Amino acid sequence: MHTPGAAPAVEAVGLVKRYGRTTAVDGLDLTVARGTVTAVLGPNGAGKTTTVESCEGFRTPDAGHLRVLGLDPVADAAALRPRVGVMLQNGGVYPGVRAKEMLRHVARLHAHPLDVDALADRLGIGGFGRTTYRRLSGGQQQRLSLALAVVGRPELVFLDEPTAGLDPQARHATWDLIRELRADGVTVVLTTHHMDEAEELADDVAIVDGGRVIAHGSPADLSRGGTADVLRFTGRPGLDLVSLRQALPAGSEATEPSPGSYRITGDVGPRLLATVTAWCAQHGVLADRITTQRHTLEDVFLELTGKELRP
Amino acid sequence: MSTETGAGPGRHAPRPGAAPLPRMIAAQAALETRMLLRHGEQLLLTVVIPTLLLVLFSSVDVVDVGEGERVDFLAPGILALAVLSTAFTGQAIATGFERRYGVLKRLGASPLPRWALMCGKTCAVLVTLVLQTVLLSAVALALGWSPHGNPAAVALLMLLGTAAFSGLGLLMAGTLRAEVTLAAANLVFVLLLFSGGVIVPLDDFPAGLRGVLEALPLGALSDGLRAVLDDGAGMPWGDAAVLAGWAVAGLGAAARFFRWE
Repeated sequence: MHTPGAAPAVEAVGLVKRYGRTTAVDGLDLTVARGTVTAVLGPNGAGKTTTVESCEGFRTPDAGHLRVLGLDPVADAAALRPRVGVMLQNGGVYPGVRAKEMLRHVARLHAHPLDVDALADRLGIGGFGRTTYRRLSGGQQQRLSLALAVVGRPELVFLDEPTAGLDPQARHATWDLIRELRADGVTVVLTTHHMDEAEELADDVAIVDGGRVIAHGSPADLSRGGTADVLRFTGRPGLDLVSLRQALPAGSEATEPSPGSYRITGDVGPRLLATVTAWCAQHGVLADRITTQRHTLEDVFLELTGKELRP
Repeated sequence: MSTETGAGPGRHAPRPGAAPLPRMIAAQAALETRMLLRHGEQLLLTVVIPTLLLVLFSSVDVVDVGEGERVDFLAPGILALAVLSTAFTGQAIATGFERRYGVLKRLGASPLPRWALMCGKTCAVLVTLVLQTVLLSAVALALGWSPHGNPAAVALLMLLGTAAFSGLGLLMAGTLRAEVTLAAANLVFVLLLFSGGVIVPLDDFPAGLRGVLEALPLGALSDGLRAVLDDGAGMPWGDAAVLAGWAVAGLGAAARFFRWE
């Protein structure tokens, strides 16, 4: 642990943080490898922000081991601050400051900042560069916050819900920027409750609930676990399921949950679809309303965290 | 400042580092000063109200200010009020809302050390005070003010007053909710306007109350400034000691109790 250069970007073991009688983070383990994008996914109140703010040095953990770039986020804060970019969930900017004035100011606090005008143009900040922060829309404030997090050319950035409240264009611009960061070797840790965002961007996903990581892996690994994918179609009732099953690849299953409505589970892909339509053609069946449903990260998420609404 | 221009791969390649401290402090001081001067409500407190009071009370016989030109009595009190408005009221309200909006938290995650942030705030207060002093002195001179005494004594008293009010303002901003700070800081401004020896001489108050008011920072500051500027006295060490005491207590308590978010 005395070779900070080789240490993981984030290493948390048994992290605990309590606020009064509430335990926000309850024995969380998380390792973020350098140069990766890690999404911390979880419902509201899962402990995402507390975890990230502990890594940023804003919170002092009550128990556990926490290292960021091999350093203690609280004790070594002065050494870490220039190396870590931070995007808070909201605010953090003088109400009366103009958007580009604030970006230029934070750039001046760093030794080798990005070019402010180029970054502002890249994130569409130029269009409201002279508007004071309090007059910006929520989405514009988010874009400025993102720019503030990356302008100092950090090794590691923490983005707390970077796309909350963004329109689709701004959301994609944010995703593109995160991909560029990764391509340039910057480690990114982001929190989100958008599954598609995690699937789209992350090398690693940590699903957090009740202050712990309840599942961890690549989006593909996580989606493969749990229930299988599904293909449904309708046709005339009482098709020969035995014959259909014989035609299907091993590991698939065909059922008729209600008359004329068929459900096939297994590795749903182009081959399975072709097999099913070919079988239907052979048996003179006009398969109707064919739908495939791939198992998404959202299914895994809801399976693991439950479907009831959070307080 | 070296910057990487242009788009393309490698633009974000990590190259972290803090700017040199003097550059960070200068940047922070410049930004804080712009924020202070851009704030409309602040200008009301720092410029409009002191100027109006000076003009109004020197031309109209509302309060008995004793012997001599009315402006000679009023100008030192108004300068003391300027210190109160900028170092205490304005700074407390601005800092309270910066804390509430997460500005202090966000800057706490930047390479700027917290003490350098406070340094920037102090510079902004001092720049504003110089501008106020120039403006209010010009208005007072136009009204026939004839100041006496040693300018160094005036500067020292005003610096001690700034330290005392900054400490108390930051203590308030760092411990109370922003709305409470807003209300309380304005209330203190109005109360001290009448009881801090600004427009009403402290001699007009009953002896017991007068002792208390003279021990408050605004009473000590206006009394000290008046002793120098109006009476041509040397350094009023008693008033300076009162201000120094408040400065130590206020800044010490602020350092101890200030919460950054």
